[in-house]
Amino acid sequence: MTTASGATVPGSVIELSGIDRDFQLGEQVVHALAGVDLRIASGEYVSVMGPSGSGKSTLLNVVALMDRPSRGRYVLRDTDVTALDDDELARARREHIGFVFQSFHLVARMTAFQNVELPLTLAGIAPAERRARVTRALEELGIADRARHRPDQLSGGQRQRVAIARAGIMRPEILLADEPTGNLDSASGAQVIDIMERLNREQGVTLIVVTHDAAVGERARRRIRMHDGRIVADISS
Amino acid sequence: MTWRDTLALAMQSLGAHLLRTALILLAMSIGVIAVVLLTTLGETGRRYITDEFQSLGTNLLIMLPGRNETTGGAPPMLGATPRDLTLGDMLALERSPYLDKVTPVLVGGAPVSTSDGLERETTILGTTAAMQRVRNLTLAQGTFLPVLDPYRAAPVAVIGETIRAELFPRRGAVGEWLQVGDRRFRILGVLADEGVSVGVNFNDVVLVPVASAQQLFNREGLFRVMAEMPAAVDPQRAIADARRIIMLRHEGEDDVTLITQDSLVSTFDRILGAVTYGIAGIGAISLLVAGILIMNVMLVSVAQRTAEVGLLKALGGSAGIIRRLFLTEALLLSGLGAALGLAIGVLLAMTLGYLWPRVPFTMPAWALVAAPTVALVTGLLFGVMPARRAARLDPVVALAKR
Ligand SMILES: Nc1ncnc2c1ncn2[C@@H]1O[C@H](COP(=O)(O)OP(=O)(O)O)[C@@H](O)[C@H]1O
Ligand SMILES: [Mg+2]
Repeated sequence: MTTASGATVPGSVIELSGIDRDFQLGEQVVHALAGVDLRIASGEYVSVMGPSGSGKSTLLNVVALMDRPSRGRYVLRDTDVTALDDDELARARREHIGFVFQSFHLVARMTAFQNVELPLTLAGIAPAERRARVTRALEELGIADRARHRPDQLSGGQRQRVAIARAGIMRPEILLADEPTGNLDSASGAQVIDIMERLNREQGVTLIVVTHDAAVGERARRRIRMHDGRIVADISS
Repeated sequence: MTWRDTLALAMQSLGAHLLRTALILLAMSIGVIAVVLLTTLGETGRRYITDEFQSLGTNLLIMLPGRNETTGGAPPMLGATPRDLTLGDMLALERSPYLDKVTPVLVGGAPVSTSDGLERETTILGTTAAMQRVRNLTLAQGTFLPVLDPYRAAPVAVIGETIRAELFPRRGAVGEWLQVGDRRFRILGVLADEGVSVGVNFNDVVLVPVASAQQLFNREGLFRVMAEMPAAVDPQRAIADARRIIMLRHEGEDDVTLITQDSLVSTFDRILGAVTYGIAGIGAISLLVAGILIMNVMLVSVAQRTAEVGLLKALGGSAGIIRRLFLTEALLLSGLGAALGLAIGVLLAMTLGYLWPRVPFTMPAWALVAAPTVALVTGLLFGVMPARRAARLDPVVALAKR
């Protein structure tokens, strides 16, 4: 657990303390996150559930360094990331975080290969190494034969597998997924979950999955429930 | 991200919107073509006209009867016609130490014909032997007009190349008789092909002794007196001396206009140079328009690709990377447009040169550098705003855009 002074306990990769996230909606202030304290150890598998609008996506965006909390402290692997500037955040995102979206977010004009390659390109990695890594990733996810296909030539499950390959290509220690099965039928949804669990099990990736689906949420060893921007339950088995 | 990858991504994005890309390239290249062609025409006109005057020969002094109002001085008295320039004036000028060769010009039109019955209307120039030196005339055949007393008429003539070709298509002209008006002249020589030179087409002219021309046209007064100044002489001193000599002979009246080749060339050079810069400016405005077009298209592109920008940021792309990507797209558009425009512009200018080989088409080097430079700079300037707008996007908000 985190102490009041915010001292970190060895082994934790994510440490949120007193995190608020306010949104100004006209006159009204929405507290999407209100006093969230959360510590996640390296290699954990966590599911986040809760009603719509309870702040699950906001929590994931803050953890992904895509959104800044209004108040509170976020320590990511010994670094207080609330103090970083935008360029440092982009770098931290690139190196530590993989993100899988509900609606895939693949670039329509790029092939599956190019989509997976994108984070490596942004990171300035040499083409030869990019080719080797992307080819391997596509093989591991069983979509090597779809490398030259564009997203509109792929099924939903294949698209999400491309997205997972992209999220994992930089070998991040944290993999975040916001309703990854929300747009998929149950069979391909199960496949996608299976792939992410394998990354967690075999490569020790810290996995956080936001989901509506109780069956998906139950699979995680640690299950968090949110309500009105607060963590109301945190059960480990 | 490496610049190679930035370039590749930018090109891929341009390639994904081919029609849009093609339209911008078209606009940009039209701007560059406009600059290249307009400045080529301006520069060619300037060259052409200054070359024309240059071909008069340096150190040439031309005297016209009458005072040129535009050069200042009192306007001529109402109804007063200027005093004629006479052969006496010409001979007096010949005695000036500041003038070398002096030659009169008397111009008229007359029908000329041969014994074969071939006939045409042409320009008759009455002059003296000194004309050959003053205008640097060369002969294709025969000899020029002989040195004669200018007051003496003589039935001899020198003809231009066109006259020879039309009146003596199948036989030698030298030694033949040529009927000019009501007189006959023996042809002494044929001028080499001279081309058009400042209004006088020496190919289409018959030169006769000045006294003969005076009789032909029943006219005393000369059209011009031309003189060559020695190279060492300051043109202003020669002009002053010529003016002094004429005033002495014209009862103190300064009633002639004096022109040097130098003053003509520099005046035309100045005017036409300004015209060239002016039309280059007009061309540059079209480049500006193309730049604004690029900005608008880039702004629309940023709006359409908001989700993509959000994704790039979510995947770890920094604001700098996003900015460089969009700037590269703008620069590619303007650079490719400029290259295309330059190629087409130069090709068109060369086609003009091919279609009219006698016009010395010249592309000004400064325009070939300035046009693409202005294109790139406008592309960069107008690309900055959309690029910054993209770079500032918040990843979460941008990703939520569909
Ligand atoms: N960009 C935003 N502007 C305003 N309100 C927002 C914004 N993002 C989220 N919210 C609000 O914050 C609350 C939590 O949203 P979210 O985290 O998306 O919930 P969940 O993912 O659990 O459905 C909601 O009330 C939502 O309306
Ligand atoms: Mg959500």
